[in-house]
Amino acid sequence: MAERAEVVFVDGVRTPFGRAGEKGMYWNTRADDLVVKAIIGLMERNAGVPPERIDDVAIAATTQTGDQGLTLGRTAALLAGLPKSVPGFAIDRMCAGAMTAVTSMGSSIGFGAYDLAIAGGVEHMGRHPMGFGADPNPRFLSERLVSEDALNMGATAERIHDRFPSYTKERSDRFALRSQQKVAAAYDAGNIQPDLISVATRSESGWGLATRDEAPRPETTMEGLSTLRTPFRSHGRVTAGNASGLNDGASACLLASGATAKELGLGVKMIMTSFAFAGVEPEVMGLGPVPSTEKALRKAGLSITDIGLFELNEAFAVQVISFLDHFGIDDDDPRVNEYGGAIAVGHPLASSGVRLMNQLAHQFESHPEVRYGLTAMCIGLGQGGTVIWENPHFNKKAAKR
Amino acid sequence: MSTTDYNSLDFSSLVAISGDEIVTHSFVRDVPLSAGRTLALVTLDNGRDHTRPNTLGPVTLLEFAATMEKLTTRAGRGEIHGVAVTGKPFILAAGADLSKVAEIPSLEAGKLLSQLGHHALGKLDTLGVPSFVFINGLALGGGLEIGLNAGYRTVDAAVPAIALPEVFLGLIPGWGGSYLLPNLIGIENALKVIIENPLKNNRTLTGADALELGIADVMFDSARFLEDSIAWADGVIAGSTKVSRPNAPGKIERLVKWDVAVGIARKMLVNRIGEVATSPYVALDLLQAAKSGSRAEGFQREDDALAGLIAGDQLQASIYAFNLVQKRAKRPAGAPDKKLARPITKVGVIGAGLMASQFALLFVRRLRVPVVITDLDQARVDKGVAYIHDEIAALQTKNRISPDEANRLRALVTGTTDRSLFSDADWVIEAVFEEIGVKQSVFAEIEKFISPETILATNTSSLSVEEIGSKLAHPERLLGFHFFNPVAVMPLIEVVNTPQTDEITLATAMVIAGKLRKNAVITRDTPGFVVNRVLAKLLGEAMHAVDTGTPFEIVEAAVAPFGLPMTPFELLELVGLTVGAHVLDTHHAAFPDRFFESDNLHKLAEHGKILERDAKGRRTGFDRGALKIVAGGTTPMTAEQILQRVEDGLVDEIKRMLDDDVVHAAEDIDLCMILGAGWPFQMGGITPYLDRVGASERVFGDTFHTPPIRGIGVQLPAVTRS
Repeated sequence: MAERAEVVFVDGVRTPFGRAGEKGMYWNTRADDLVVKAIIGLMERNAGVPPERIDDVAIAATTQTGDQGLTLGRTAALLAGLPKSVPGFAIDRMCAGAMTAVTSMGSSIGFGAYDLAIAGGVEHMGRHPMGFGADPNPRFLSERLVSEDALNMGATAERIHDRFPSYTKERSDRFALRSQQKVAAAYDAGNIQPDLISVATRSESGWGLATRDEAPRPETTMEGLSTLRTPFRSHGRVTAGNASGLNDGASACLLASGATAKELGLGVKMIMTSFAFAGVEPEVMGLGPVPSTEKALRKAGLSITDIGLFELNEAFAVQVISFLDHFGIDDDDPRVNEYGGAIAVGHPLASSGVRLMNQLAHQFESHPEVRYGLTAMCIGLGQGGTVIWENPHFNKKAAKR
Repeated sequence: MSTTDYNSLDFSSLVAISGDEIVTHSFVRDVPLSAGRTLALVTLDNGRDHTRPNTLGPVTLLEFAATMEKLTTRAGRGEIHGVAVTGKPFILAAGADLSKVAEIPSLEAGKLLSQLGHHALGKLDTLGVPSFVFINGLALGGGLEIGLNAGYRTVDAAVPAIALPEVFLGLIPGWGGSYLLPNLIGIENALKVIIENPLKNNRTLTGADALELGIADVMFDSARFLEDSIAWADGVIAGSTKVSRPNAPGKIERLVKWDVAVGIARKMLVNRIGEVATSPYVALDLLQAAKSGSRAEGFQREDDALAGLIAGDQLQASIYAFNLVQKRAKRPAGAPDKKLARPITKVGVIGAGLMASQFALLFVRRLRVPVVITDLDQARVDKGVAYIHDEIAALQTKNRISPDEANRLRALVTGTTDRSLFSDADWVIEAVFEEIGVKQSVFAEIEKFISPETILATNTSSLSVEEIGSKLAHPERLLGFHFFNPVAVMPLIEVVNTPQTDEITLATAMVIAGKLRKNAVITRDTPGFVVNRVLAKLLGEAMHAVDTGTPFEIVEAAVAPFGLPMTPFELLELVGLTVGAHVLDTHHAAFPDRFFESDNLHKLAEHGKILERDAKGRRTGFDRGALKIVAGGTTPMTAEQILQRVEDGLVDEIKRMLDDDVVHAAEDIDLCMILGAGWPFQMGGITPYLDRVGASERVFGDTFHTPPIRGIGVQLPAVTRS
């Protein structure tokens, strides 16, 4: 019988996120190379980990063809120079790919089957536009299993605005503006850079080096946001400014059992407390994190008031607002997305989950008064995912202050 | 010695002759380093994919120089804190663009080509900030010299080839390599890279070799090579990374070891290749001189040396030879469409002796299809199979093949005396006794068992292939497939096309030769084909001179100006004196008025040797018994007479072969002699040599090549002969 174990987040990294498309910095970089570089960077930062002790490599991608195909976890492990004895596989849960890689590997560790695992994700949306090559079953529409809007993420965000008239476009824009400002401030404070693995980028005019996210627009203003088109609906509310963009990027993290981390002398950045995924109506997929969070809290025996830090994926501003509103949290609550979010840095679908965790882990260090934090994200086709983490730096004295 | 100011030179005459240069551009992008510093990253990229490597022509070099000048200015303003150069994927640069070397109009222009390299690459040393070259891929010749001119080098662990192959081509590393390399990695290592390796079949270095020799300061895996290189450069610029160079020569090495090492290399060179080839000795002189003096002085010596070589005959012949081996060998003249070739799924080998077993081994290794061998009795067959199994085991021991591969190969090789097991073979090759009746009868017998389409190949070296097939029901499926010994090593196969041989058979043979990783040349079915006929001419003349009373030494000295890999008598011993005598007899029988037979050679064969050798096999002189056997000639010749007889005889014979269309062009004769007999690049095989010494003119009033393949006729300036 395998022995149940505590699951710890040892370390996580990501590549800088690029803008998708021909003008983006990763246009000439393969998707698998992005995640391979992330894995190598992760292993180099954790030189105390014997690579042959890695029990599995789970790598997510939404569109698993071409350079994102061929059971990515295995190919990435081989390309990253991990021993051939280390297995790997690929995962897909759209936007929550990397998060699902983490929960899957975390579960395997918690069950006692694994001691060490790598989880991560990659999405090269320039090479693999969302839904490209997909062939949705006609029954979805003919039997009205989902509304037509369900397959268009921007349209689902408009549907949330419809459902909650108090979530105005102005409110979404303001949230987006703060996201840009918080990312800029986090870069200035050096809170983002430590977990970035630089990537050599090739263009027709020579090699360069990606060391920062390409998407942030620190110069954003409310006036500027108010003039943007609403591409999903005329006179709509969702714009390129209050939604995450189309991006390329990869992430990877190292998970371990508590005992293995101790044995190898590895640092522990976070301890996994619980997780949950839940489904909602696909046409309002952005509401997904609400039921998944409630479920995860229930499993953890916690209430929302126990959560001191939130890393919420900003697929759309309105979708984060709906989460905060549901739980009675202000739009500008300082516990939420301290370093900004996907509206500014971008959202290369299946890689974003680990970005949230990297940021929460970094915030834990500077918030010893916080015991629990939460990473959550909405998922296409009407789902939400939530992972609750405990802060190993938690200090009761700090909490009382 | 005053040194050249390269900035003051006018390179426009070189640009004028490079109108169609595929320019390798120098793209610059700034890369952020730690503490707000900036690295200017220069990418060399000719805009083509990796099958067209970056090369360095005049326009490329001038663009590189201009780029470096701009970066020097920026460094002066404090905008950049380091400069790094790297290449497009898989390629740094494959060296100088040699396609125009034949068009260099004067000694001065040749010198300018060297000076331009120093002008451009030398700027890496005067940027005012540290310079790096990230060797990300193929780095040959001038490509590697970009790196040597920089302050620091990183290398990708996956780089397929790093080398200074200049000496192989009749050149010297003339863009700083001859001076910089020994001063970076020590004289012994530099000798290995610049002289030894090029002469060992142009051996190249891996990334790990480059690191161990000290050419690279550090090596990184390919997956993050550029990122790691930039981070390492950041550390060097910041001062946090210290670079140690244990192989860099110290005072004692310069005082004591340097000249000794060069002396040893010189002796080795004289022993191995003689003294005809110029460039290795010029390189040796440059390496010796690199012991002292400034960088500028070293560069100037390279300018003079390279100019002399470019003006000389040997470089032009070498480039001609190189192109034959690289291009013509890959697209054999007269080869039918490959699509006609039949698939070969099983091979039969008639004979189980040494040669036959070597064939079987080669076929099974390269084709990985069942190979069945047969002979007169089971004992011979078993011996043959055992030999093959032993060789497979040896390959496995040397880690050349995996245990799985060894099992696979062993299982594919079988032996039998039952000819019916040949029935499903698509290709049957014989290696039985070299006698027409024997070969005719083994083929006649096997034809009873095989399909009418099975291809038959004979390895005869001297018999008429057509005659061998005269008793076949289907002679159209027979051809000659003539290997050279040792079968595994020698890269040539003469594919002999008889008047009956059909296109399918010929196409199949060419494809099979390629799969065996050999170069095939198609010849007509004439005595000796190409290589043996040319060698028989040379050896026949050599023995004739001996028979008339000329001492062995005089004969050897007479043909020394060729610079052949071995003397006629060394070659005779290598192929075996009995075989040699047989070859002379065969050619004499075919062409009695032009080829000599030699009774003495038969007697020498019976005696067993010509040369006297020490315990290690090194020759010490001529064998006394042999001297006694050949004594008695009464009309000795002078070396000059012999040389002219050999040269004129070769011209006459080669002209006849071409007139008779044995092969389609002089290029094919040269290719055969280079690949089948190891004749040197500096001769261009043989015909460029015969043209340039005037023999062709003497014999038929013209030259094989128009214009003749030769330099502009200026001899090497004395300055390099220090």
